[in-house]
Amino acid sequence: MKKWLQFLVLITSISATSALLASGGFSDNSKQAMPVVANAKWKTECSGCHMLYHPGLLPERSWNKMMAGLDKHFGENASLDDASRDEIARFLALNSADKQDNRRSNRINQSIAAGATPLRISQTRYFTSKHDEIAASTFKRKSIGSAANCVACHQAAEKGDFSESQIRIPR
Amino acid sequence: MRKAYLFLALFFSQQAVAESASSLLKKYELLAKQESAAFVGFAADKGERFFHAERLHSDGKKVSCATCHTADPRKPGKTRANKVIEAMAISVNPQRFSDEAKVEKWFGRNCKDVLERACTAEEKGDFIAYLLSIK
Repeated sequence: MKKWLQFLVLITSISATSALLASGGFSDNSKQAMPVVANAKWKTECSGCHMLYHPGLLPERSWNKMMAGLDKHFGENASLDDASRDEIARFLALNSADKQDNRRSNRINQSIAAGATPLRISQTRYFTSKHDEIAASTFKRKSIGSAANCVACHQAAEKGDFSESQIRIPR
Repeated sequence: MRKAYLFLALFFSQQAVAESASSLLKKYELLAKQESAAFVGFAADKGERFFHAERLHSDGKKVSCATCHTADPRKPGKTRANKVIEAMAISVNPQRFSDEAKVEKWFGRNCKDVLERACTAEEKGDFIAYLLSIK
């Protein structure tokens, strides 16, 4: 009888622990990963020249500023017709870092000062602290280009998946 | 027999491709005539010079179409954000100049990026004539 009870306690505690781990840990109840999002215009237009950035990587005010200045988009003309621009802007705002509940978006958002409106994800404190062990010369490798090219190292970046297991830094 | 079908399919798809680029050229021809009374027709060699012509951008850097598309339009280029640009030569990439809205979008952006002004219809036509002429 005593052995049965011990076994029961053991099984219960193992399953409780694994359930807790699966839900994302002790302190944070929100999901770790950014959700799958889809919009055909966003996908075509925003991946013509660079990798496709998930809307959950910047807050709404950053996306709004970005979409209002497409004629001078990081030094290039990326103008769109008004209808496409408005549709993409709405989609980005709706799924932006401050409208999401996942751990990565929350942390990016929290690392940005309230008065700041960054346009580069790589200038957020979240990004710099996560990449402090990567040398500037690594980002400049031909296979990478710059810190803006997430997908060079984060294989699943375009799906919004930046997990450690999906990282491979090219030579 | 199969080969004959394949040949026919290939023949007609090539025709269709040439068709879309040349119908676009006709549109630019009409516009070019409106823009300039002196317009006499498009020339591939003028388009070639246009493609390779380097100019000093107001940001201090030298730019040309070839900066991103490479000096050989049969080869893929690269954007400044490290993304591959499909080849421009129509013989290599039959998708080129088959979608008028797309063509106008990219002329609209890239002319301003390289020349810091809009391109004329004559420049656009010469450019397409050059890319059509490459074997």
